[in-house]
Amino acid sequence: MSPAEQSQRRKSTRNGWLLSAPALTLLFLAASGPLLIVLVYSFLTPGQYGNVVWEFSLDGWVGILFTRDIFDGTTNLADAHLTIFWRSVKLSLMTTALTFALGFPTAWFIATRPPAQRAMWLFLITIPFWTNLLIRTFAINEVIRNEGLMNTVLIGAGLISEPIRIINTDTAVFIGMAYVYLPLMVLPLFAAIDRFDMKLLEAGYDLYASRLQVLRHVILPIVKPGIIAGSILVFVPSLGAYVTPRVLGGGKNMMIGNFIELQFGQGRNWPLGAALSMALLLIVMAALLIYVRASTKGNNPHG
Amino acid sequence: MTQKVAITAQNIIKAFGQGATALRALDDVSVDIATGEFFTLLGPSGCGKTTLLRLIAGFEMPTAGKILIDGADVTEMPPNRRPVNTVFQSYALFPHLTVAENIGFGLKMQGRPQAEVKATTAEMLALVKLDAMADRKTSQLSGGQQQRVALARALAPRPKVLLLDEPLSALDLKLRKEMQVELKRLQLETGITFVFVTHDQEEALTMSDRIAVMSAGKVQQVGAPRDIYTRPVNRFVASFIGETNFLPVTATQQGARLSTGDVIAAEGQGTVLIVRPEQLRLGPAGVGAGLAATVTGVVYFGTDIHVNLALSDGTSLTARVPSPVDGGADFTTGQPVAVTFQPGAARLIRE
Ligand SMILES: Nc1ncnc2c1ncn2[C@@H]1O[C@H](COP(=O)(O)OP(=O)(O)OP(=O)(O)O)[C@@H](O)[C@H]1O
Ligand SMILES: [Mg+2]
Repeated sequence: MSPAEQSQRRKSTRNGWLLSAPALTLLFLAASGPLLIVLVYSFLTPGQYGNVVWEFSLDGWVGILFTRDIFDGTTNLADAHLTIFWRSVKLSLMTTALTFALGFPTAWFIATRPPAQRAMWLFLITIPFWTNLLIRTFAINEVIRNEGLMNTVLIGAGLISEPIRIINTDTAVFIGMAYVYLPLMVLPLFAAIDRFDMKLLEAGYDLYASRLQVLRHVILPIVKPGIIAGSILVFVPSLGAYVTPRVLGGGKNMMIGNFIELQFGQGRNWPLGAALSMALLLIVMAALLIYVRASTKGNNPHG
Repeated sequence: MTQKVAITAQNIIKAFGQGATALRALDDVSVDIATGEFFTLLGPSGCGKTTLLRLIAGFEMPTAGKILIDGADVTEMPPNRRPVNTVFQSYALFPHLTVAENIGFGLKMQGRPQAEVKATTAEMLALVKLDAMADRKTSQLSGGQQQRVALARALAPRPKVLLLDEPLSALDLKLRKEMQVELKRLQLETGITFVFVTHDQEEALTMSDRIAVMSAGKVQQVGAPRDIYTRPVNRFVASFIGETNFLPVTATQQGARLSTGDVIAAEGQGTVLIVRPEQLRLGPAGVGAGLAATVTGVVYFGTDIHVNLALSDGTSLTARVPSPVDGGADFTTGQPVAVTFQPGAARLIRE
C-alpha cells in the first residue's frame, strides 16, 4: 500500500468515527447515565419521605451488611440482609443447576433431530417468551398453590390427602424461576451441541471410553462454552429476580430484587437501595468476568 | 504372513430401513482376514465398504450373520470393548485436546498407568514423526499432520486390528503418495492387521496383501492384487480394476470362438473373453497368425500409445503398445494390422 493510500484509508477511518459520534454519545449516555445517578444516590442521605438529601454519607453502603441499633447505637451484622443474600445466591445456583439438568437433555434431543424438525422444536421452546412474565408466573402459581391444579389432581386421584404446601416457600420460587429461565439455558446449549461433531462420539467409543467417559471427557469439555453461556444467562437474571419471588414466594421469602424495591418503597431508604443495586451489579460483573476467562481459556492457541 | 485369522465375517446381512423400503447395504458377505495382513475393501461408492467396517468396529449391528475377532464372537459387543481401533475418514480428532492428549486418549480410557500412557504417547509421536507438535492443538495442524495424529491415536492402544476408512482421500496427490508409503511402513513395523477401505484401485493394488472387491453389497472376489488383476472372476471385477477388452464368444471344442469366427485358446469358463490392452501385440497385416483388424484411432499417452482397433466384423478393441519414441512401431488410422494375444492373456469369464 502506498503512503497516499494509507493516509486516505486513515482519513476514511477517522470520518467513520466522526459520523458515528452522535450515536455513540447517545448510547454512552443512555448506558451510563442512570447508572451514574444510582451510584451518586448510593452516597447520599435518605430523605424523610423517600427521595434523598444532598449530603454525603456512607450509610447506604454500610447498610448493605450492617444495621445500627436505634437504642444503643452499636453496629451489628444485619442477619436479615445476609439471609436475603444467601437465599438469592442459593436459589440462583439451584435454578442454574436444575435448568442445566433439564436443559442439557432437551438441547441434545433437539440438536440430534433431523434438520427440518429442529426449527419446530426450537420454536416450541421459545413459545413461553410470548407471554408476559407476570402472567407466566401467575400461571405457575395457579398450578402449585394449595387449592391449585396440582393439588386438586393429586387429591382427586387419591394419591395424597393433604395438599402439598409449597406456595410461598423457597421451593415455589425455585420451581418458578427454573420454569421461567429454562429456555435461556436450552438455547445456548443447543447452539453448542449443534456445532458438536457427532463423529467424536464414535471416536470416543472406539477408543475404549464408556458412555459416561464419553460424556465427561468428550462432550462436556467441547460444549463447555455453551454450558457457561447458559449458566450466566440463567444465573444473572435469577439473582436479580423480582416478579417470581414476589408472586410465588409471598411477602416473606424476599430475594435481592424485592429487597431493593422495598428500599425505594416502604423502606424509604433510597441510598441503601442504590447501594444494593450497585452491589448486585458488581456481583454480576464478577460472574461475567469468570465467564469470559473460562470460555477463552479453552480456545487460546498459546494457553 | 501367518495363516491365523484375525477377523471373520460370516454371512453378514445389513439392511437399513424396514420392510419393502429396506436397503441391503451388505448382502450375505463372508470374508476371512488373516492376522498381520494388509487387507483392502475396494469398490465403487455406496457398495457397502464403510458399512462393513462399521460392523467390525461395532458401530452397527448386523441384521444377520456374525463377526468374529480372533475366533471370539463379538457380534453383540459394544465398540469400546472390541480390540479394534478406527482411523476415521474425517479424522474425528478431539478439538479440545492437544496432539499428545489425543494420542493418549485410548490408553487413558483403558485405565493404563500414567507412566505407560506417557511412554506410549512419546513412542507413537516418534513413530509418526510428530514429536515437535506434541503440545499443539489439532486445529493448528495441516491435513497430513492431522492424518498422522489420527493414525497414532488409533495405533497407541495396540489394537489387534486397525480399521481405516478412506484415510487418504482428503489429501492431495503428493501427500497421498507419501502417506501410502508411511502407512505401509507403519503396518510392517507394528505387525497389526490393517483393514483399509478405498475406492481407488491403484491404491488398493499397490498397498494390499489381499483385496476384496465389492459391488452392490456383495463381495465379488477376494485375492492378492495379482490374482485379481490377472484372473478377475466376472465382468465387474475386470472392468473395475484396470482396463479390459470384453469380447463376446461361444465356447467350442477347440477354444473360444469370436464373433468374427476366429477361435482362440483361453483359460476359464464363460461367455465373455477378456484381454488387457497391454497384452495385445500388433503386427503387419497378412504376416503370420493373428486377427485381422483396422486401426480406428491412436491416442498418445507419453509412456505408451493406445491404439483403437476394429475387428473384421466391427467389434472394437484397444491395444496398449510401447510409444514409438521407445522403439515401438507407430500406427495411423485406417492401417490394417494383425492382432495377437500374449500367451495365457485371454481368459473367459462369466457375464
Ligand atoms: N445409516 C444409514 N441409513 C440408511 N442407509 C445407509 C446408512 N448407512 C449407509 N447406508 C446406505 O448403505 C449403502 C452402503 O453405504 P456405505 O456407506 O457402506 O458405502 P461405501 O461403500 O462406504 O461408499 P463410499 O465410497 O461412498 O463411502 C449406501 O447405499 C448407503 O446409502
Ligand atoms: Mg464409505
